[in-house]
Amino acid sequence: MGKVKCECGHVNPHGTVLCESCGRALTEEAQKEKLHDMRYEGSARRSQTYNKSIVDKVWNFFSSVKVGIWLIVLTLVASSLGTIFPQKLFIPNNVSPETYYEETYGTAGKIYYTLGFYDLYNSIWFIALIAAIGVSLVICSLDRVIPLYRALKNQRVARHGTFMKKQRLFASKQGAIQPEELDKIKEGLKSKRYRIREEDGSLLAEKGRFSRWGPYVNHIGLIIFLIGAMLRSVQGMYIDELLWIREGETLEIPGTKGEYYLKNEKFTIENYDKEKDPEVFNAALERTGSIVKNYQTDAVLYKDENQDLPGAKPKLVKVKEEEIRVNEPMKFDNFALYQDSFSKDEMKAMELALTNKATKEEAGRVNIDLFNPKDTYDLGKGYKVEVLGYYPDYDGVGENGEPKTKSPVPNNPAFLFKMISPEHPDGEISFTAIRQTLEPVGETEYKMEFRGIETRNISALTVRKDLTLWILGIGGAIFMIGVVQGAYWNHRRLWIRQIDGEIYVAAHTNKNWHGLKREINPLIENTAVPIPEDQQA
Amino acid sequence: MSDLVQWSGNLLYASFIMYLVATFLFGGSIRQKKDGEKQDVNRWGKLGITVTVIGFIAQLGYFFTRWAAAGHAPVSNLFEFITFFSMMLVGAFIIIYFMYRLAVLGVFALPVALIIIAYASMFPRDISPLIPALQSQWLHIHVTTVAAGEGILAISFIAGLIYLVKTLDHSKRSKQTIWLEVIMYSLVAVIGFVAVTMAFTMSGYEAKFDYVNKEGQAAQETFNLPAIVGPNEGELLTPGQFEPLVEMPAFINSKKLNTVIWSLGAGALLYGLIRLLARKRVGALVQPLVKNVNTDLMDEVSYRSVLIGFPVFTLGGLIFAMIWAQIAWTRFWGWDPKEVWALITWLFYAAFLHLRLSKGWHGEKSAWLAVIGFVIIMFNLIAVNLVIAGLHSYA
Repeated sequence: MGKVKCECGHVNPHGTVLCESCGRALTEEAQKEKLHDMRYEGSARRSQTYNKSIVDKVWNFFSSVKVGIWLIVLTLVASSLGTIFPQKLFIPNNVSPETYYEETYGTAGKIYYTLGFYDLYNSIWFIALIAAIGVSLVICSLDRVIPLYRALKNQRVARHGTFMKKQRLFASKQGAIQPEELDKIKEGLKSKRYRIREEDGSLLAEKGRFSRWGPYVNHIGLIIFLIGAMLRSVQGMYIDELLWIREGETLEIPGTKGEYYLKNEKFTIENYDKEKDPEVFNAALERTGSIVKNYQTDAVLYKDENQDLPGAKPKLVKVKEEEIRVNEPMKFDNFALYQDSFSKDEMKAMELALTNKATKEEAGRVNIDLFNPKDTYDLGKGYKVEVLGYYPDYDGVGENGEPKTKSPVPNNPAFLFKMISPEHPDGEISFTAIRQTLEPVGETEYKMEFRGIETRNISALTVRKDLTLWILGIGGAIFMIGVVQGAYWNHRRLWIRQIDGEIYVAAHTNKNWHGLKREINPLIENTAVPIPEDQQA
Repeated sequence: MSDLVQWSGNLLYASFIMYLVATFLFGGSIRQKKDGEKQDVNRWGKLGITVTVIGFIAQLGYFFTRWAAAGHAPVSNLFEFITFFSMMLVGAFIIIYFMYRLAVLGVFALPVALIIIAYASMFPRDISPLIPALQSQWLHIHVTTVAAGEGILAISFIAGLIYLVKTLDHSKRSKQTIWLEVIMYSLVAVIGFVAVTMAFTMSGYEAKFDYVNKEGQAAQETFNLPAIVGPNEGELLTPGQFEPLVEMPAFINSKKLNTVIWSLGAGALLYGLIRLLARKRVGALVQPLVKNVNTDLMDEVSYRSVLIGFPVFTLGGLIFAMIWAQIAWTRFWGWDPKEVWALITWLFYAAFLHLRLSKGWHGEKSAWLAVIGFVIIMFNLIAVNLVIAGLHSYA
């Protein structure tokens, strides 16, 4: 494609609207405009220049800000749809979404489920929308930033008369500027931090050009952020596991490939106390009942020294001891352990007494570990208890007459005991659950009496590794820099020229026109230079 | 300790009165004829901004005394957050006022701040201790920055509103005037809510219901307003109180819906009364206040507020929010409704900026966008907490 040579001698890229150097209109449309479109300085944008190949078409589609805005609006509307009813993630996890939405929200819920809105943010079309925004960001920016950079770099001081006339702020007046007047104006502009360039009596004062790069900088930040978010799906970058750990237990930390182990020394829930905590909270505590003050797991972190030796038993070496609280995760080696959830008072051990029913005399007590009951408990003096059957989660008697258990978790432990005593060396059979004793094979002289239960808490810790965070951090920081750069500064220019006995003055800003007027008007008031008038108002 | 709380409450009350007085002072200042562009602030205007600043200092006093009493910044429940938001709105107004010296902004910004404070005080005002998730320095950093951003963005709504009141032709019925009246009515409905709540609280109205909740379990609820809509399979326990007209399905919180119905009804009554007495639209009623306004300048104030507020909101509502979410909730983003609506707010203002920069949406279009932006902020502030329960529902 041929380059465009302006009358001023500057060679412009194909498609340039306003000469990069002098600002003369190079296209017929631009010549007819009442005011020049200064948004991109009339530079040659690829999207406005080529439209032949498929690449051009795709490029032109995504380079359109209109398309970009539509993508933003579509994402916005789609996001809002996802908040009408709770997402799949937030519904109780023991129900199936298929029935939950219809049962809870009726027909609307059914439609919501059918349309897939119950998991909207993971749907392909939503992710595609975000991806399209990413593409639009890249192409929109590239399409504009390079030509804009060229145009601002090549601009010369003396702009063409028509260029000045077609600025929003412009005025002209017969006369001549006295050098001392010009010096006064220059001084004023300098004090307002304008950079001043002069060429044969023409003047260009400019400041804040870098704010023009703000939008592109913040778009780069966004792209980096989106890339970071995408990397999460790369193997090894992101780990999200849940570790349920009982008090006293030492478990391998999932996701660490057996390298780390954790011991839960103790799990605590603490409520605010009217007596101990500041009195100002009393009214709130009375109104709402109890408010939790702290969830805490006292944890010990271990490293397995034998991790690399296949088949070897773990050799645990203590790394550190820490209290894990909400907002205070334990960190190690790119991992973080967060206090996430808990289950209170899980049964751990049960104490029973072998008792003579008639005399109520205790022959001895057994303490049964509900996770690992022994087969026999010898009480001495001829007393012995055998465990014939253990039903951790007793759920009544089945059709075959056998007791049933719902799960291996001791939620409702029950035992079938054989009680051996000097009187009954062959043993008596008793079935004992919490606050319940059955004698399935005839009346017994002895019974196993429930004495107590030992409980412990279970803490749920989220195991998280996220190697994308620093990328997201950089992206976010660049975005903020860019957005502040573009929003809190303005690019302002003032041109003064003397053409054929007339004084021309024009001014441009990318935004905040009142601010520009307020800044420059006092500087040129009471000089030969006329105050530029707003040609748009 | 309780002395501090007492002081804190009194200071908030004082600031409320100051803002009310300042509204009238600003109103007085725009009576004098002047060209909007180079307006010298007159005596009334100077008095208005002085009283506003004193009110703002009083509100800061409320904030810090309450902070001292509680041991944490008072931004942890709806009353505290909404009050803080109103303070940021006034703060943003003061900043913009000193940039542009526009008394008319005060005539609209301060009443909005007043309505917001009144609304906030309808929520429980006890100082509550922090639940574990909130025990972090990020509470102060995140919440205050979000409120500041939203306060500044609210000024763009105020300027947009003034623009619309001035430029719309209120003598004819049009889509624009109807929507403007909807906005006016919404503001009136908040006053309706405050009036109704105060009236029934003072009379001590209480109606207890047994009902079946969303999970299918028996529950109890106490209505403080006569139940127009009642809970699912509700049974009135308090004799002599008003029986509900309609029963709601379980997934709708009938108590809240009932409050909304009462507010809208009271708002309609108030609004109808205003229309009846004034014999014109509310927009037309307030139009004389803005007759000297330079619309171009108002457009710029609106845009400028978005430019200043958008980065602040991004920082507080997205960046700080993500950092804290990573620390407290183990993930920086989890599509919690409040998060989603913060993203929606952000996307909306991003679209606003693009429309303005690239599509040349100035003037009226831009003013409407500023209004919609504020509606989204209010939705996120109120509806998401009260209607769409999520992790952020602390109050």
